[in-house]
Amino acid sequence: MAVKIMIPTPLRQYVGKKDQVEVEAKTVAEALSRLASEYTELRRHLYNQEGKLRSFVNVYLGDEDIRFLQREQTPLNENDVISIVPSIAGGTPAPQYERLRANRKWQQHL
Amino acid sequence: MATASLTPVSDLSKDEILRYSRHLIMPEVGMDGQLKLKNAKVLCIGAGGLGSPLLLYLAAAGVGRLGIVDFDVVDFTNLQRQVIHGTADVGRSKLESARATIREINPNVEVVGHDARLTSENALELFRDFDIIVDGTDNFPTRYLVNDACVLLGKPNVYGSIFRFEGQASIFYARQGPCYRCLYPEPPPPGLVPSCAEGGVLGVLPGIVGCLQAMETIKLIIGQGQTLIGRLLVFDALGMKFRELKLRKNPDCPVCGAHPTITGLIDYEQFCGIRGEEHTPVMTGVPEIGPREVKKMIDEKQPFVLIDVREPHEFQICRIPGSTLIPLGEIPKRMHELDSASEIVVHCRSGQRSARAVEFLMKAGFQKIHNLKGGILAWSDQVDPSVPKY
Repeated sequence: MAVKIMIPTPLRQYVGKKDQVEVEAKTVAEALSRLASEYTELRRHLYNQEGKLRSFVNVYLGDEDIRFLQREQTPLNENDVISIVPSIAGGTPAPQYERLRANRKWQQHL
Repeated sequence: MATASLTPVSDLSKDEILRYSRHLIMPEVGMDGQLKLKNAKVLCIGAGGLGSPLLLYLAAAGVGRLGIVDFDVVDFTNLQRQVIHGTADVGRSKLESARATIREINPNVEVVGHDARLTSENALELFRDFDIIVDGTDNFPTRYLVNDACVLLGKPNVYGSIFRFEGQASIFYARQGPCYRCLYPEPPPPGLVPSCAEGGVLGVLPGIVGCLQAMETIKLIIGQGQTLIGRLLVFDALGMKFRELKLRKNPDCPVCGAHPTITGLIDYEQFCGIRGEEHTPVMTGVPEIGPREVKKMIDEKQPFVLIDVREPHEFQICRIPGSTLIPLGEIPKRMHELDSASEIVVHCRSGQRSARAVEFLMKAGFQKIHNLKGGILAWSDQVDPSVPKY
């Protein structure tokens, strides 16, 4: 099935600035896995080290949260639209939080 | 609805009738709605990017009592988006600045200020006197705190959040729908959202999202239309697209589910993985050099290489003459461009990112390497004030 994955603005830098990516997949898990193999930098933003979808990255099929469908095993139909909706907090991070972010970011670069 | 039980305490004066006439002639608002607004008590957490438009519009609309929680002081970098504050307010408390602007817009509004940080100790007490809480904060710990306090007190939480070009809005009202934890049970660990170098926000975005929050607050008060309870509005400012997603109540939600495990306010910094890390020294044994010493090296024509590890768009804002740009993320693959036999000084904006770069390069075998203490900000303070700060 050809499906569309909508990419939120904070993650577009990892997919060549595209706002949507088309993939062929039968389930949500397969669609996300294809996306992450095509754009490897995106992988760590979607999955944790155990390869599980991160709990603060919500995935929707159409307007429905996949946690209330069959989670990642939710089957797809032709032309379905999947959305990735990350948790965002605000505009200017508190300095302490910003510093931690900067440090963590660096650790991930290595 | 939190305000449904309120009965108007007074009618509108002749001046108020004139002021609110464009509301009064709308059947959806009318006298009843305007009196509900006058009797409403709304608490806004934060008088920043989201809180600014929210407070301006709620004040103009005639919300009778506006509470504000903010302990911050207005600075120049706020003015690009925090439109309730002006240039003359720089250095003043945000609370006093917001109060003065609100008084100017509508002297009928009573402003109740709390010049304090919202904490687990004071949140329940502060929220108790208000009908609706509006979350205009900028960090995860406070968002979970606002959510839990609203759930515990049974009050609606008008939510808005932004990041760069992305906006979200909803109403979390556990009595009628899901709460913030139903949507996001856990916050991202610090670091999985882009770093300060990639942060920033287009000033209009909080304006738009704050206005959505103001609209939803007014709809809750006057009891009209369909509110965002049970829906998440997602806004892509780049594509100029609004999309709507369904929110469902999580039956196992730790705070609003059938068997809650969170029955009081907790330590939210710890919950968000911040405390604990705070005490971990991040830069141990990174050799530093002060801006004046570097200036002396330049003046004495000592041979050394100055590496700037900021991002290219930051390099465009300002730079130290003679520096070479290698963004932090490119250091591992570009370190072959550096000669480990030369003296190297590394800098960034404030010294944090460059410390990481020095640490990395030292591990890679570089020995004659120093971090410019305080970054280009310190350079501007101590050597060349013509270098702009940002």
